[in-house]
Amino acid sequence: MPNRTIAPPIVDPVAFDISLPACKKYTLSNGIEVFAVDMGSEDTLMVNWVFYAGNWYETEKAVAAATNFMLKNGTTQRDAFEINEHFEYYGAYLNRACYNETAELTLHCLNKHIDELMPVVAELVTDSVFPEEELAIYKQNSQQRLKVNLAKSEFVAGRLIDAYLFGENHPYGKYMNLEDYAAVQRDDLVKFFDTYYRHGRCVIFVAGNLPPHLVNSLEQHFGKLPMKGHTAAATTVLHPLEPAAQKKYHIVNDTNGVQSAIRIARPFPNRLHPDFQKVLVLNNLFGGFFGSRLMTNIREDKGYTYGIYSYLMNFTSESGWIVSTEAGREVTEACIKEIYLEMQLLRDEPVDDEELMMTRNYMIGSILGDLDGPFQVIGRWKNMILNGVDAEYFSRGIQIIKTVSAEELQELANKYLQPDSFYELVVT
Amino acid sequence: MHEDHSTPMAVVNIMYDVGSKDEDPGKTGFAHLFEHLMFGGSRHIEDFETPLQMAGGENNAYTSNDVTNYYIQLPAENLETAFWLESDRMLSLAFSEKSLEVQRKVVVEEFKEHYINKPYGDVWFKMREMAYKVHPYRWMTIGKELSHIEDARLSDVKNFFFKHYRPINAILVVAGHVRVDQVRQLAEKWFGDIPSGDKYIRNIPDEPRQNEERRMEVKADVPLDALYKTWHMDNRLNHGYYVADLITEVLGGGGSARLFQSLVKEKQLFSHIECYHFGTVEKGLLTFEGKLVKGVPMEAAENALNLELEMLKQDGITDKELTKVKNKTEATIAFEDMSVMTRANNLAFYELLGDAALFNEDRDKYFAVTADDILKYSRTIFDANNSNTLCYYSGN
Repeated sequence: MPNRTIAPPIVDPVAFDISLPACKKYTLSNGIEVFAVDMGSEDTLMVNWVFYAGNWYETEKAVAAATNFMLKNGTTQRDAFEINEHFEYYGAYLNRACYNETAELTLHCLNKHIDELMPVVAELVTDSVFPEEELAIYKQNSQQRLKVNLAKSEFVAGRLIDAYLFGENHPYGKYMNLEDYAAVQRDDLVKFFDTYYRHGRCVIFVAGNLPPHLVNSLEQHFGKLPMKGHTAAATTVLHPLEPAAQKKYHIVNDTNGVQSAIRIARPFPNRLHPDFQKVLVLNNLFGGFFGSRLMTNIREDKGYTYGIYSYLMNFTSESGWIVSTEAGREVTEACIKEIYLEMQLLRDEPVDDEELMMTRNYMIGSILGDLDGPFQVIGRWKNMILNGVDAEYFSRGIQIIKTVSAEELQELANKYLQPDSFYELVVT
Repeated sequence: MHEDHSTPMAVVNIMYDVGSKDEDPGKTGFAHLFEHLMFGGSRHIEDFETPLQMAGGENNAYTSNDVTNYYIQLPAENLETAFWLESDRMLSLAFSEKSLEVQRKVVVEEFKEHYINKPYGDVWFKMREMAYKVHPYRWMTIGKELSHIEDARLSDVKNFFFKHYRPINAILVVAGHVRVDQVRQLAEKWFGDIPSGDKYIRNIPDEPRQNEERRMEVKADVPLDALYKTWHMDNRLNHGYYVADLITEVLGGGGSARLFQSLVKEKQLFSHIECYHFGTVEKGLLTFEGKLVKGVPMEAAENALNLELEMLKQDGITDKELTKVKNKTEATIAFEDMSVMTRANNLAFYELLGDAALFNEDRDKYFAVTADDILKYSRTIFDANNSNTLCYYSGN
């Protein structure tokens, strides 16, 4: 019988030498850069077209999102049904997504179908026509979806806290009301499409077990279009931050609600700030994973919630540091008190060696596990490239996880985890 | 055992052959609550998470109607840590009163978060009770009601553990950057001396064939009317399962699927539709759900849905549709197979169904489905007497 009272020896993951698998760069004739990660054994492929066409660039609300959504709703050659049928016939997924700075199209397919799919993606980003009747359906269904979401306290909380941090007119803080959808005009979409897609700035990420002719195929279908590379000069669009003056809010969304959505957040600098990667370690200690202080205390000891997390917001020019949870209505106040107590503990006492080692090992193990496949690897590269950090950012991050000291973390806690800097929102 | 040396990680997956269908009708939600307790310390290891995190590992678990599955991913160098942790909690839990007390609260909050504090959150409690009269799929994995969770006692926990969590009811899959001889040695070392226990013999009554149309109306404080419909379908090992799966794709899989095109785009009766099934081991439910466009009468929406189903029963599907749904299935399987964790989980599940080798047969089983199978099967299941309809009205 093995001795079960003694843990088997481990290799501390901090001893691992982790590097990000390589990413090749190609440049198409028109300047569009293609970043490629070639790995994996399945004959599967992802191609991701990123345009600088996020809501940062719209002058009327909802235009960027509507334009992005309607890329699949009609060209001069095909109607919405035919577009969907084409991709689905080949078992492919073509997803679209609109963020703050960027808006994307992402194709997942089997390698063997790429030649049938590539020309149609090119058709969508050059020849979309935004049919009036399709727009009417989009507006109606978006409004209905919003009505359902507004009945959820966590949805309401998520948008309000962003508005408090960045301002309702800032791209990171603005949110849709029903009338914003109603006001969307087809002409605005057509103009936005022409400027930010057809003549826009684009960067392409590809990953998988790449077929040899892939880059040629991208050149053939995208290299001669009137688009520009993502580093091309562009008119700078500035949006001033307008954080709210009031710090504490309690909103009643549902008088019969049995839980409160709690969001406690402060503004935080972006990835270029020297504290950013160190604070990622502090955040892990605080509320970044299952073994964190918040989870251990508030879920595993007190049972106030099914889950509680803290994280740094994934924005580019500014960030925020947020604690997020849904807690029983009757324990809301107790839960908030514990969150501030955990901040205080991190400010007052240095983390002990064992807990710090566990956090380091967990983070390294988690990154190692996450690099398990081409899509995850390109995701890391993409994040670095779009956020304008240098190629050493990844290895520097690993080094910081391995070496940041308890004293440095305590200093950072004293610098950033001050209750006065936080907005506090409860939506019941 | 599944070796894959393209990753530096190892996955240890243990699936227990117990789900919410094995619960006492008066103590529902217990299999899932028990899953939470599996993290509350075992006989020799007070804290499950810390040593795993120290080894660079992550883990999670889920409970379904059919199974309870636990999985760990960690750097392959530290594989033995996962064996140590998993074997000790299979040997015996600590059965701590404190853990039970806390996890009861956590699960109550989970229940509230997902099913009470959400618009339409009670739909599946009602639909399951309507569709199943005898079979334990009639309650949700989270439990029929909060009181069942609040009333759980430590004696229940012990009984459940010794009935269901013995090695004979468990399947261990180890995958990733590992070797057969190494895994064999570790398995023998850490699990070899745990008494295998008595096989739990499941004795669940079959749901009798439904012979009448069932309907229910609900009015609640939600923004939109919604329509939910289910039809009984075959179990996981039956050919009908594969046919039903492809039928849901033809009807609701993507922007070119029939119901989306007809009901959302052309007729604009629904703002959102889904068509799916639950992938259950035993006879499951093929499901339609949709939110109605404001102002559309329920009857008109339901008639239009029924008309689409009648057309399918009358004319079947085109060759193009059949190729499309098979291509999509092929791609879905390929993308799933990219993850070692998913492969490990699937191997355990197929072994639980009877044979891990079934994993490799699924693709062929989908490709063997013919247009005629779809025609015949749609005529069998889309029968009013096999249907359950829940009309969910907005009270605003």
